[in-house]
Amino acid sequence: MTDVRAPQNASFRPSMLIYDRRYRSLTFQVIVFVLVMALAWWLVNNTIQNLAAMGKTFNFGFLWQRAGYDIPQTPIPYTSDDTHFRAAVVGLLNTLIVSVLGCIAATVLGIVAGVARLSKNWLIARLMTVYVEAFRNMPLLLWILIVFAIFTEVMPPPNAFRGDDPSASMILFDHVALTNRYTAIPTLAMTNDPGSLDLGARITFNWATLAFAAVLIGGWLARRAINRWAQDVQDRTGVRPTTWWMSLAVMTVPSLLLIWYFGLHLVAPELRGFNFTGGLNVQNGLVALWLALTLYTGAFIAEIVRAGILAVSRGQSEAAFALGLRPRRTMSLVILPQALRVIIPPLISQYLNLTKNSSLAIAVGYMDIRGTLGGTTLNQTGRELEAILLMMGVYLTLSLIISAGMNVFNARVKLKER
Amino acid sequence: MKTSLFLGSVAAAALTAGAGMADTLADVKARGELNCGVNTGLVGFAAPDANGNWTGFDVDLCQAVAAAVLGDPAKVRYVPTTGQTRFTALSSGEVDMLARNSTWTFSRDTDLALDFVGVNYYDGQGFMVRSDLGVTSAKELDGATICIQTGTTTELNLADYFRANNMSYQPVNIDSNAEGEQQYMAGACDAYTTDASGLAATRAAFADPENHIILPEIISKEPLGPAVRHGDSNWGDIVRWTLYALIAAEEYGVTSANIEELSSSSQNPEVQRLLGTTDDLGAMIGLDKEWAKRAIMASGNYGEIFAANIGEQTPIGLTRGLNAQWTQGGLMYAMPFR
Amino acid sequence: MSDTHAQTVPFVRETMLPPADPPLREAGAVRWLRENLFSGPANTVLTILGFLIIWFLVSHFWDWIAHSVWNADSLADCRRIIAETWGEGARGACWAVIRERWNQYVFGFYPVELYWRPTMAFGLLFVALTPVLFSASVMIRRIVLVLTTVLTLWAMTVLGAPAVWLAFAAVVLVGALAVSERRVSWLLVFSILYPLMGVWFLWGGSAWGPVMVLMGPVLGWIAWRLLSGLSPMAAAVAALVVPVLWWLLYAGTAARDAEALVSLAIPAVASDRFGGFLLSITIGVAGIAMSLPLGIVLALARRSDMFLVKSLAVIFIEFIRGVPLIALLFVASLLLNYFLPPGTTFDIILRVIIMVTLFAAAYMAEVIRGGLAALPKGQYEAADALGLDYWKAQRLIVLPQALKISIPGIVSTFIGMFKDTTLVTFVGLYDPLKSMSDAVRASTSWKGIYWEPYIFVGAIFFLICFGMSRYSMYLERRLARDHR
Repeated sequence: MTDVRAPQNASFRPSMLIYDRRYRSLTFQVIVFVLVMALAWWLVNNTIQNLAAMGKTFNFGFLWQRAGYDIPQTPIPYTSDDTHFRAAVVGLLNTLIVSVLGCIAATVLGIVAGVARLSKNWLIARLMTVYVEAFRNMPLLLWILIVFAIFTEVMPPPNAFRGDDPSASMILFDHVALTNRYTAIPTLAMTNDPGSLDLGARITFNWATLAFAAVLIGGWLARRAINRWAQDVQDRTGVRPTTWWMSLAVMTVPSLLLIWYFGLHLVAPELRGFNFTGGLNVQNGLVALWLALTLYTGAFIAEIVRAGILAVSRGQSEAAFALGLRPRRTMSLVILPQALRVIIPPLISQYLNLTKNSSLAIAVGYMDIRGTLGGTTLNQTGRELEAILLMMGVYLTLSLIISAGMNVFNARVKLKER
Repeated sequence: MKTSLFLGSVAAAALTAGAGMADTLADVKARGELNCGVNTGLVGFAAPDANGNWTGFDVDLCQAVAAAVLGDPAKVRYVPTTGQTRFTALSSGEVDMLARNSTWTFSRDTDLALDFVGVNYYDGQGFMVRSDLGVTSAKELDGATICIQTGTTTELNLADYFRANNMSYQPVNIDSNAEGEQQYMAGACDAYTTDASGLAATRAAFADPENHIILPEIISKEPLGPAVRHGDSNWGDIVRWTLYALIAAEEYGVTSANIEELSSSSQNPEVQRLLGTTDDLGAMIGLDKEWAKRAIMASGNYGEIFAANIGEQTPIGLTRGLNAQWTQGGLMYAMPFR
Repeated sequence: MSDTHAQTVPFVRETMLPPADPPLREAGAVRWLRENLFSGPANTVLTILGFLIIWFLVSHFWDWIAHSVWNADSLADCRRIIAETWGEGARGACWAVIRERWNQYVFGFYPVELYWRPTMAFGLLFVALTPVLFSASVMIRRIVLVLTTVLTLWAMTVLGAPAVWLAFAAVVLVGALAVSERRVSWLLVFSILYPLMGVWFLWGGSAWGPVMVLMGPVLGWIAWRLLSGLSPMAAAVAALVVPVLWWLLYAGTAARDAEALVSLAIPAVASDRFGGFLLSITIGVAGIAMSLPLGIVLALARRSDMFLVKSLAVIFIEFIRGVPLIALLFVASLLLNYFLPPGTTFDIILRVIIMVTLFAAAYMAEVIRGGLAALPKGQYEAADALGLDYWKAQRLIVLPQALKISIPGIVSTFIGMFKDTTLVTFVGLYDPLKSMSDAVRASTSWKGIYWEPYIFVGAIFFLICFGMSRYSMYLERRLARDHR
């Protein structure tokens, strides 16, 4: 190969670092690298100097000290004698609880509202527009505060349920009490308790829960098998056997048997002393945060769903009808798969937003990870550097997991172009 | 274009605001202003009014220090700090002193590298309940729901107290005093716990104070006092002795009304030393002769400050109790000015 | 002819019958109702459900809103008036709190005698925005500028602005109007100077500070001109390095010396005096102005061919998007002091603005990246074929189209950011929603008032955010180039 540029290479001039395309990007990257490294060194160096000046050290030993404070709602057993680490885990679980509940409810609400906004019914469409615009254009914090204020100001205190002629009464056959502190709901109890699986660190798992999980997964697998079999028969004979009763049976009968075997029943909350006991008291902080996050995120999801449905061109459904597909099959086989491709990515980023927004729990006194690790622990130990870095790490991990899930999904539904 | 211009102003701001931490007194004098960390809003102790003028018990201490150091009690910049940001604000040099009802504890004094220079209010944690609840003692609160401010020592005391007495409770964590009042008034908690002074202030502001009682148990010691950064003893001395000057002034009967007269006519050697008539104590802490006189003139002596902000004549209506002079059976005891 | 016709055909209509009215159920309101509300059983049920919801809301809140009190000194006073006017036990809204604390909600703790300064800054903001937002239509520009002029001057007069400054504002506003009639792009000079001017109006102090900051680019340009004859590379480096060195080393002292020589100071207002909507809008506008350019740079970096640049952009964007804003604000208020040289502190509002900007910029970068990705590959190839270099291609071909595609996303990022300014309450700043309302409630006269402040603040936020989203729709329509 005869390279005409060879002589030029021989006489390298410094100005070529800028003017020669071959070197320019390299030069630029080297400069960026040096600047970033310098910045990082500067920050770390400053931090070390500042820590030394304040007489502090950088270590996470505080996580194993006694926490000393109580948390209202603990998914795993926790007392004030436990460590800050366990408090942080409790906070993380609380974050996950409100996020997962919020994502589920917001999705349902968003789909309903998004479809209703496209409804031909004038009133419903307008109502939904008002809902969506109101929630999208006002700060989330406002909604959290308002929902929480409604709970504390409008609901009766537990005291109101007392006496022969109480001013408030429980709903759902005396099983649920809405108070201004918590929603008291029944718990499940068993007459024939199979005992618990000890996972260590005082985290236990009831065998009955495992049994139910196994039975439900088994039922689901069995249903799939039945469907496959029905499809098989249809392919061979052209007649699809009736399977709904079989599906119903495999899904429910084993569970019912287990309920009977364990003697599962509801224990209604009872007013004893200052508060309801016996049931499960779901803190209003959680309920209010959950509701506000649901309503707020639901408005955004409604817009996403609406855009997704509008994005599927009319020709698609017309073509499906022309092929003789029924409306339901058109929806499930033609419209939905295409709309979902548009809907899912922004939907996942709404889930991400919801998870991050759950950190506003501080406004309603719900102890999520920001309330425990980034709140009380930080305050009591004075380890702001470690606590905040750790908290950011946790949130980052959560969102990276969600993003990874999104990428996997995107890859699966991606339009395969040939 | 806009970005680069703005970054420029950032750099300029960082430059002009840059200040060494070693000599706080010199910094304050050079700046001509005292940065004082206060509560974001606790009526009686530190709260801004509608025009942003700060008043309160802690605010008067800031003013006294500013008067002593800068000669003008108005030269204070109040930095509102939350329970979370207060100590960082101090250790990072954002504020020169903290006058924010903070409890003096071992770990704060040592591990957080603060120096508490004295106590300006001896407090203790108490409980407030509605009188129709029929509770007369904190021991009867087993199973109750209790509102508590997060990030305070009271949270730890509460947990300890209920554990020690083998009782259970449901905490309702709230972020600020205003929120706590809202929750308590709505009946979202059976009892509200915080420093007894705060309870009295809260109760006084209710429309129906007679329907609420403060339970007799005081479950903790809460000595509240101003704090400064660790490592600048001279500045610590200035704040400490300004506080003592206010307390001593009350002991010797020096008030903002008679201070001019006493400084020229008083024959009491202690008063003469305090007001700089005879000895020059100020020189020993890097100030002039009349530093204490100015500090007292700013808002009066300790008793006057107490009476004006949180005393029995105010809506807060606190009695002196532990905070009376040692001669009156209280704990306020200024070290000798000598 | 007509006779023949008349004889051969038994009946002929000579005139058209007037059209019959449609049946009652196919006309007017009835038809509309039938089609839009009661077109089927399911729809009827939905309609009834909708009416029930509306009825529920109205029946619960109507009396409360109807019994509004606008004039009272305290909540107790309010309740007394309500009881007197509408009878014992009546509920009512007490908007008097908004009336009494209006200034506090708008200006925070800004000195009363200086209220005119933020007002003027806000008015001039519209002048600065005119060439950016309303460059297309002379009519809209005229309306906006005339309204701004009238309202700003009126508000400044009411707030007692000194005559000098009134004259200054009048000159700028009327001048802007005149300029916008001739060549609107000349106003861009004002837009570029506005950030410094706005900062000076809001915080006050010596005018030499902003002037010396402005000197940075000027010096850079001079250095570039001087050196460009000698060595282009040295000139480029100097143009970047000289301003930075100037800012870091000399700007501060130069401003102080100049101030000592010729004083150009107006009363300084410290950051802790900012609060209410003044704070929200300051943070919001600064964040919006800075996050867009930063977002564009990040988006381009993320699509860059250079591996290092690309990975840095990815790390930065994913990091910022992965943590809640509240955590970043805590970094600003608690940790930034660790990362800066010992003894350095800088303004909390500035720190918050930086964090909010970084947060919004990461989202902005993703929005713009989406726009860049949506652009057909042919556009990039066409740019290359024309022989444009990277920056020219981006500036002339790629970005104008990509930004146009991303307008809805960009504006919703702005809206999100403006709403998020309420979160500064958690680092001790007086946002209008929580901190300011708490401060109002802390006074004995307004203790126990909840709904009115929330509704008021919510309404203002709604107005601003809704306005922004409508503007983005207008912009989309205006910029639409596809012919339908």
